[in-house]
Amino acid sequence: MELGWWGVPIAVLGGAIRVSTPFLFVSLGECLTEKSGRINLGLEGILVMGAMSGYGVSYLSGSPWLGVLVAGLTGVALGLLHGTICSLPRVNDIAVGIGLMLLGTGLAFFLGKPFVQPKAPTLPALHLGDWASSPQVQSALQVNVLFIIGVLLALALSWAFRNTRWGLVVRMVGDSSDAARAMGYRVNLVRVLATAAGGFMAGVGGSFLSLYYPGSWNEGLSSGQGLMAVALVIFARWRPLYCFYAALLFGGAGSLGPALQSVGVTSGYYLFNAAPYVLTLAIMVATCSPRRTLAGAPGELSVTR
Amino acid sequence: MSTTAALPVGASAATFPSDRMRRAAEAFVIPVGALVVAMILFGAFMALIGKNPLDVYALIYKGGFSSGFAWQNTLQRAAPLILTALCVALPAQAGLIVIGGEGALVLGGLGAAVVGHAFSGSAPLAVQIGMAVAAMIVGGLWISLAGALRYYRGVNETIGSLLLTYIAIALFNHFVEGPLRDPASLNKPSTPPIGDALMIGHVPGMDVHWGLLYGLVFCVVCYVLVRYTVLGFALRIVGGNVRAARLAGLRVGRLVLVSCFLGGSAAGLAGMVEVAALHGSANASLIAGYGYAGILVSFIARHNPIAVIPVAVLVGGISASGGLLQRRLDLPDATVLVLQGIAFMVILAAETLYGRYKVFQPHSKD
Repeated sequence: MELGWWGVPIAVLGGAIRVSTPFLFVSLGECLTEKSGRINLGLEGILVMGAMSGYGVSYLSGSPWLGVLVAGLTGVALGLLHGTICSLPRVNDIAVGIGLMLLGTGLAFFLGKPFVQPKAPTLPALHLGDWASSPQVQSALQVNVLFIIGVLLALALSWAFRNTRWGLVVRMVGDSSDAARAMGYRVNLVRVLATAAGGFMAGVGGSFLSLYYPGSWNEGLSSGQGLMAVALVIFARWRPLYCFYAALLFGGAGSLGPALQSVGVTSGYYLFNAAPYVLTLAIMVATCSPRRTLAGAPGELSVTR
Repeated sequence: MSTTAALPVGASAATFPSDRMRRAAEAFVIPVGALVVAMILFGAFMALIGKNPLDVYALIYKGGFSSGFAWQNTLQRAAPLILTALCVALPAQAGLIVIGGEGALVLGGLGAAVVGHAFSGSAPLAVQIGMAVAAMIVGGLWISLAGALRYYRGVNETIGSLLLTYIAIALFNHFVEGPLRDPASLNKPSTPPIGDALMIGHVPGMDVHWGLLYGLVFCVVCYVLVRYTVLGFALRIVGGNVRAARLAGLRVGRLVLVSCFLGGSAAGLAGMVEVAALHGSANASLIAGYGYAGILVSFIARHNPIAVIPVAVLVGGISASGGLLQRRLDLPDATVLVLQGIAFMVILAAETLYGRYKVFQPHSKD
């Protein structure tokens, strides 16, 4: 069955589901980190390291799920590094994030050199679209398990921030470190742990890139998804569920270029590829304000001051 | 790290290490010490993957600093690095962390190539000046956009400038592979060449192009501007405390935009230098990561426009040795990136050491 131009919205929908997963994981991780009052701009570096380590382990061990786990643990290690350095007095978390971005990508390119050629086993997809006759619809509804885990994680985080002791502690540390100190909590420790947990999620998000879509490892794999996710958290007003909606929106914008190309629109290909960045910037312009702090922003967060 | 290393030998008079010297010593010893620590960490990493760290460092020295040829290669890379580092250092005076130098460089190079091709028949010097001005205006406006978004809309300038870089590269690719493509460039899409007459030549007696001199002049001008002019003083007040600056009646928005424009014009000029000294047209070779390495340079130099020069030479030398490391030790080309990343993290962690050592603190009581 030939869909013609109808293929574009269907491809965008399918792309939104596919492309949004790394955005979802990274933004949930960043959401957790920022709730504790720190910003980790280095998630881009963690994402690339996660993609590399996940792919490498999957290739060496033959098990893609082990790769996902190792990608998460790599993220924990880098998150701990960021968290520990930021705990030193007078160290700027934004600058450390830039450093981690460069270090993470550098290390990933260095260690990932042997894995550019080989083909590693990738994550399987769930075929939810087999009822449809059109192959486009079928391929659009191929959903990865990680996407479903990400949705559940968003729900779980959203619930945990409101209803658990841990969630309240993280939010308190993020809103007023003085209050947290007065209650006897160790502010830096909570922040380091929140950054490490956020690193785990970003690492898993990276493994999705290399192990499912696009499903290979190379140096051009990530093009700022980690950074866009940071902007996305601001757009989502630090609410995990909104992170999910925003990730879907970004995924759709990111798949616009390839979808148009598949129906023969090739002029301006590069401009369509810039759509997610323009969208991010436009959203930040629309949501930020120089005069008031944003609703829902953690009080200790340097990025919104 | 030794904390006494900076004390001058034979300091006898009680007031001899003046407060000013102590500050200078602190600003020198801590970054140098941090770089030494970074080299040890990188050496350990090299040892871990089975390479002799001493071999690696010997090759970095050989590839970056041992011969006239190595120095030429190093300075060739230092020239754009000096300029892209200023793109971080100048907005930093006003308290902004701008990391969009790569975008300003790429668009500046494109602007220079377009102007150069359009006026290729005219007097070379006039066209070269026109190319430089075009590149500086394009780069300056691009970074000013990040500054304006920050000031008028509250958009974080670090994230904004990096997003603008991705957009700039997309625009660059669109123009170079689309409307501005030279049909004769088959394998590597490029804009039409500017022609040999417009290429900026080499400094007499050295095998280094004039672009290096542009960078040096830019640094000195910026240093004087920041340290010895009212504008620079106002910028540093804004960087120190925005509310105090407002209370003092400074026009914060204009100052933020000026610092961003100057920084962006430096990075744009770097693009013009790359086009007019090396590539001869705008193509993908411009996207070489100088914008990102410039961030590192500026942070090591603590955003001091003069200190940017030696640091850029050092970082340029390290990246110049990348090819040698690849050929001799079979290391990936990303080796240099790893060293840069480690150095960056250690330098940032070392920020915490400032003001901790008594020997560097002012002693005079009056």
